[in-house]
Amino acid sequence: MSEPEKALAARSLASCHDCALVVRLPAGRAHVAARCPRCGAKVHRRKVDSLARTWALVITAAMLYVPANIYPVMTVTSLGKSQSDTIMSGAIYLLQHGMWPLALVVFVASVLVPLLKLAALSGLLISVQRGSSWRPRDRTRLYRITEVVGPWSMVDIYVVTILMALVSLGQLASIEAGLGAVFFAGVVILTLLAAESFDPRLIWDRAEASHARS
Amino acid sequence: MSARKLILCHDCDLLNRVAELPSGASALCPRCGGLLDRRVPNSIDRTLALTLAGLVLFLVANAFPFLAMKMQGQVTDTTLASGVRALYAHDERFVGSLVLFTTIVAPLLQLLLLLSVLAPLRFGRRVPGMIPMFRLLRRVESWSMMEVFLIGILVSLVKLADMAQIVPGIAIWSFALLIPVLVAAKASLDPHLVWERIGRRA
Ligand SMILES: [Zn+2]
Repeated sequence: MSEPEKALAARSLASCHDCALVVRLPAGRAHVAARCPRCGAKVHRRKVDSLARTWALVITAAMLYVPANIYPVMTVTSLGKSQSDTIMSGAIYLLQHGMWPLALVVFVASVLVPLLKLAALSGLLISVQRGSSWRPRDRTRLYRITEVVGPWSMVDIYVVTILMALVSLGQLASIEAGLGAVFFAGVVILTLLAAESFDPRLIWDRAEASHARS
Repeated sequence: MSARKLILCHDCDLLNRVAELPSGASALCPRCGGLLDRRVPNSIDRTLALTLAGLVLFLVANAFPFLAMKMQGQVTDTTLASGVRALYAHDERFVGSLVLFTTIVAPLLQLLLLLSVLAPLRFGRRVPGMIPMFRLLRRVESWSMMEVFLIGILVSLVKLADMAQIVPGIAIWSFALLIPVLVAAKASLDPHLVWERIGRRA
C-alpha cells in the first residue's frame, strides 16, 4: 500500500481506546461512536472534544497554580512559635540543610513539573490549532513526557500528610496543612486530567493534511 | 488467525501490519516511535507471580508503621492510613481523599484487578466481569503513585531530623520493594494477549 492509500484506509478505521482492537467504523458516519466488538467500549477515531476539554483543564490549572505557590502548604507550630512554608520555601529549606539532591527533586517535581507541563500542553494545543506540521515526532515525544512526569508533583502533598501524622499527636508541636496544599492538589489533578484528555493523534492529522496540500 | 495483524498506532494513528512477534520482541511505530505491540515471555505467569508478591508487600506496608518519631520520651508511629486519618481529622477532606486514592485505593485495586483477571486465565478459564475489570485496570493504573510516596517519606525524614529522632519502620522496606515489583508487573503484562483471551468473540 502506498502512503496516501494507507491514510485513506486508516480514515474509516479506529483503534479501541481500551483494548486497541482495530474497528471498522460505519462508512460516512465516522464521527458517530461505535461499540468495540471485543470489549464493549465506545470507539471514537479521536478523543471527544479533545482540544476544548484540554484547554479548559489547562487554563483552570494555571489559575490554581498561582495561589498554590502563594499560600503556605503547611504551618508548623512549635513552642508557641509558628512558621509557614510555601512550596518554594520548602525546597529552599532542604537546600539550606545541604540536602541538595532532595531539594532538586522537590524543586523539579513541585515547581518545574507543573509549569513545564502547562507550557508543553499549551504549546501542543496551539500547534494543533494552527495546523502546524513542525516536527510531529518530537511533539509526540513531548506529549509522552508530560504524561509520565505528572504524578511526581504529588511529593509535597505526601510530605505534608506524613508530617501531620507524625506530629499531630505530639504535645510540643503541631502541623497544619495550609490552603496552598488544597490548591496544589487541584493543580496536580487537573494537569493529570489535561494530559489524559489531549489526543496526540491530532498532531499527525494536521501534519498529514498540510503534507497533502503541499 | 492471520499471520499479520492490523494495529493503529496509539499515538499517531498510522496503520501498521505487524507480523506475529517472537517472544521477547516488540514492534515500534516507524513514524512516531510509539510502542505498537510486545510479546513478553511467559507474560501471564510472570505478571501473576509479581502481583502476588506485590499484594504481600502491600499488606506489610500497610500493617506496620513506616516511620516512628521519638520526641521528649514520647513515641509516635505512622502508617499509611494514619496520615490520611490526620488529614481528615483536620478537615482536609479533599487532600485526604486524594492521598487515600493515590496511595491505598489505586495500588490495591491495581493489584486485585490484575489478580482477578490473570488467575483465571492462568488456568485457561474465563469468568464473568473480566472485561470490565481489565478495562478498569487501565484507568486505575495512572493514579497509583507509590514511587512518589517513597520520595515523600525521604523528604519528611530530612525535615524532621532537626526536631526529633526518627526511626524507619519495617514498612519502609516493603515500600522500597513494592515499587520495583509494581513496575515489573506493569512491564511484564501483555495487554494484547490478555484481550485476545478474554475478549468477546465476534
Ligand atoms: Zn505512531
